[in-house]
Amino acid sequence: MAVEQPMSAPVTRPGDQTRIHNIGYRTYDGPRLGRAYARRSLYSQSLRGAYGLGRSVKSKVLPMLLFVVMCVPAAIMVAVAVATKAKDLPVDYTRYAIIMQGVISLYVASQAPQSVSRDLRFKTVPLYFSRPIETADYVRAKYAALASAMFVLTAAPLLVLYVGALLAKLDFADQTKGFAQGLVSVALLSLLFAGIGLVIAAVTPRRGFGIAAVIAVLVISYGAVSTLQAIADAQNNTGAIPWIGLFSPVTLIDGVQTAFLGATSAAPGAVGPGTGEGVVYVLVLLGLIAVAYGLLLRRYKKVGL
Amino acid sequence: MARVTTVEDVTVIATESLSKRFPRVTALDRLSVDVGPGVTGLVGANGAGKSTLIKILLGLSPATEGRAEVLGLDVATEGAAIRERVGYMPEHDCLPPDVSATEFVVHMARMSGLPPTAARERTADTLRHVGLYEERYRPIGGYSTGMKQRVKLAQALVHDPQLVFLDEPTNGLDPVGRDEMLGLIRRIHTDFGISVLVTSHLLGELERTCDHVVVIDGGKLLRSSSTTDFTQTTTTLAIEVTDSDEHPDGTRAVRDALHARGLQTEDGTGLPGAGHVLLLTAQGEETYDLVRDVIADLGLGLVRMEQRRHHISEVFRDDEQRDGQRKEAVGHGS
Repeated sequence: MAVEQPMSAPVTRPGDQTRIHNIGYRTYDGPRLGRAYARRSLYSQSLRGAYGLGRSVKSKVLPMLLFVVMCVPAAIMVAVAVATKAKDLPVDYTRYAIIMQGVISLYVASQAPQSVSRDLRFKTVPLYFSRPIETADYVRAKYAALASAMFVLTAAPLLVLYVGALLAKLDFADQTKGFAQGLVSVALLSLLFAGIGLVIAAVTPRRGFGIAAVIAVLVISYGAVSTLQAIADAQNNTGAIPWIGLFSPVTLIDGVQTAFLGATSAAPGAVGPGTGEGVVYVLVLLGLIAVAYGLLLRRYKKVGL
Repeated sequence: MARVTTVEDVTVIATESLSKRFPRVTALDRLSVDVGPGVTGLVGANGAGKSTLIKILLGLSPATEGRAEVLGLDVATEGAAIRERVGYMPEHDCLPPDVSATEFVVHMARMSGLPPTAARERTADTLRHVGLYEERYRPIGGYSTGMKQRVKLAQALVHDPQLVFLDEPTNGLDPVGRDEMLGLIRRIHTDFGISVLVTSHLLGELERTCDHVVVIDGGKLLRSSSTTDFTQTTTTLAIEVTDSDEHPDGTRAVRDALHARGLQTEDGTGLPGAGHVLLLTAQGEETYDLVRDVIADLGLGLVRMEQRRHHISEVFRDDEQRDGQRKEAVGHGS
């Protein structure tokens, strides 16, 4: 730490106390907390920013609105389940995010560019890298922040469902297991979606392009995959359905949770991958997350100063 | 209240045959230079290698060959430690328009490792020192260029570095803003005790602010000397006067009167209003008085009398004339 300089005590002469507006330059001899602290600060600032906290009122509207839209259906389901004394929740914990994928896609499309395109557009990135943090710190902080923000978005309605289920006195062990499986599923979904969103957004300093590109990638891939799956189903080619599902983020998550997290597949005919195919799903999922991280690192190595 | 950094014989920056080659350009070519504490100007035309040098000194870009030390730390291996003790103000815009100066500088202070409370205190102090008061709570988007430059400077100083790199800090400022910025840069050293490396393509503005000037061109060191060496040869005054009925060509009248007093003048060829501008070399305080008296005696109005801002190309030309070693004229533009 740079503390070679002796503590420079302010020169106090009689009469100086009244002139507080010109106290001269004071050196800083306190702690410098280094890279890990800077990374944590960037993480919390970005996480708050993903919900518009610490930003203008205007930028709070969309993320907050999407958050509410995510939670309202869960609250309604709970209300129905409690009122009708149902034996089970109308929707599985693992299915909820699949149903709400439109809202999740909108959220990542709007917040990923917010997180990284601004720094590129206003050329703030060099200011970060002229400080102790390095490319990897920046990428990790930004990635972790968006993934956490998405986890909050996707896990909150599951929590509503879980609390509601307990209030409705549904089977505790059963509900807890389902809730835990749901949490693992949305954690993976958050990592995957945040990675895809950030990689696309980090390419362009234009926020509008970023938003459009993220939506396009998520919607087009899902549309194409589900169309192909429907065709395969119509031709009774059920063996192909799980393999096609590898090619879009949502169906990938659906496949992983069908194979390992006790979910029922949302694919046509409810044909999900078995355990063997499931391993491929998990590998592809982890591979994609790693590739997204790697691409971000490469991108920011180039941006530099 | 300035701390004591100015220990004799301390080297703040030292490079030793530092080279940086890109596939098609050589940005730095065996540059060896030592920079001591104080305000040092780094002068060169655009593309002379100034920014490349700063990047290497921040430990962000490896040198192709040679070595460099900043504050006694090796740039190749101790980049993070250097960046903790050094501030950097980029040449380009780097401020998000939708946050206030306070929020932005606090964030940047935390990025430099300052704990939250210290970050807020230092931000308030630093913004006041660079001359931003009430406006610091407003979004940066509404600031003037001069105010933005101050915010950029504040984020480079907020963590109380031992050295700051200022890349073209006067770019885009009007003459008044330029002078204020230069005064501020001077204070960074004299009042804050922070050493400064400031780049510019205008030698004139640096020679008044800096203790030492390093001139590079094409990645090579042209000259490294204390500013007194430069000023002795380059304090040129530009004078412009009105005409009167008695002296229809006021400029000529002044020139003749000055010649009569034994002062050499030149026409301001190439300057705006050439033909009406006289250039002369100031020998000292008395030259200003003499010019004033001559013009007053002739009953003419003095439109302006100012120190000429020199382009680095003129330094090269002087060198050529002096020792006739440089065969080619270097860099006319900036």
